[in-house]
Amino acid sequence: MSLLQQQLAAGRFVVTAEIAPPKGIDTAAPLATARALRDVTAVNVTDNQGANMRMAPLAMAVLLLREGIEPILQLTCRDRNRLALQSDLLGAAALGIENLLLLSGDHPRFGDHPGARPVFDLDSVQLLQGVEELMAGRDLSGRPLCGVPRFFPGAAATPEAEPFELMFQKYSKKVAAGARFFQTQAVFDIPRFEIFMEEARPLKAPVLLGVLLLKNARMARFLNANIPGVRVPEPLIARLEVAADPRDEGVAIARELVACARRRCQGVHLMTLGCEERIPEILG
Amino acid sequence: MIISEQKSKEELLLALDGCERLFLVGCAACATACKSGGEEEVFRMQEWLTSLGREVTGSLIIEEACHIMRAGRDLRQHRLAVEEADLLLVLACGAGIQSVSSSTDKRVIGGLNSLFLGNIRRFGQYEEKCSLCGDCILNETAGICPVTNCAKGLLNGPCGGMEEGRCEADRDKECAWNEIYQRLKKQGRPGVFARTVPPKNWGKVLKPGRHRIKP
Repeated sequence: MSLLQQQLAAGRFVVTAEIAPPKGIDTAAPLATARALRDVTAVNVTDNQGANMRMAPLAMAVLLLREGIEPILQLTCRDRNRLALQSDLLGAAALGIENLLLLSGDHPRFGDHPGARPVFDLDSVQLLQGVEELMAGRDLSGRPLCGVPRFFPGAAATPEAEPFELMFQKYSKKVAAGARFFQTQAVFDIPRFEIFMEEARPLKAPVLLGVLLLKNARMARFLNANIPGVRVPEPLIARLEVAADPRDEGVAIARELVACARRRCQGVHLMTLGCEERIPEILG
Repeated sequence: MIISEQKSKEELLLALDGCERLFLVGCAACATACKSGGEEEVFRMQEWLTSLGREVTGSLIIEEACHIMRAGRDLRQHRLAVEEADLLLVLACGAGIQSVSSSTDKRVIGGLNSLFLGNIRRFGQYEEKCSLCGDCILNETAGICPVTNCAKGLLNGPCGGMEEGRCEADRDKECAWNEIYQRLKKQGRPGVFARTVPPKNWGKVLKPGRHRIKP
């Protein structure tokens, strides 16, 4: 059983963070980042994030395992059909990876290969079902597996999305399809997250609140304009604008979000984007 | 209708390099409606080619260029003009171009790019509504196709990129799943939301598609 699964089962407040594989084969920088994430339970490895081509997350996740760092392998439906997804999953299990974050994936239109053909042979709900099947010893065609993998599958949630009811029906489908934990998109609106948790709590899947460290007002505006599903409210942007040190203010905002998570959900997923040294303050 | 547009003049010039005499073919169906390969466009193409010093040996508008037998028959009626040409330039969709290319041993150049199976919003404005996926789900999705209208073709609800009911891939467009949700709500039925849709059977549209009406 993975450490992530054990800690969530034990009711511990869980902290995860993330790294991106390199564009190339020099893994020194992401490994250094991962080593700096000493206080976290597990580290997500992103899968061609934002549809920008990078090294395979499966390879990067194995490198983390070798360092004694527990990975959460992200897998999107954008670049692989059902054969490739299942074979990557079996490969991951054989190499000792248990934690998964199963995603639809950002559209290639805004990535660095905009001419790529998007796959989306499965969607994230169907991929979760596929993982359940593999764990039951069958593939998606119902054929038996020789050696059955064990996973701890997770999925993404977007608590601030509107219409709420439409977003939540997908969340419910993911729970029913076997999502054992959720990591949310970066959230900034605490009251909205609290409403989401009221609905999500009865479904009993642990939720890790996505906390993104804002560095300044310009970054907040960039996120609002360019990152799907992320919305920084104007009052927070105003705080960053008037702050003597915007980075300190960003840390203060992140601390408020972590405090909310401690009251409302089971952990946080930190996106510190190069400022990993501030994690102790954010969690403190 | 098959929506098509003319290739750029630059691309056409490259494709026509070294050829002196051409026979022009248009289509009276979709390419006429799209103003890409009707009577008028074939005439303009002829004027342009003539202005470049090329000789147009003749032209023909096939009633439906996708009709293989009809395309062959019409070309035979223009045999002499076709024989004189170095190649045939076809202003029809990819299907029409291949009706022509299968009816002659001459070189055939397509002058159009085929874009999609389209609905007509108003003249000159076309929208893709159906992807011809072979496994229709419209009866459950309030008559709105997620395979086509969702940029990712998702079958179990919106992706995480939906914002205020808009699409991640194109903020000017409403999220198809939001449209489905709103219309089903108006109709007071759960529709597709009542179940988890299993992986789609893409085996129903193996390429190349073939269909024969059973007697």
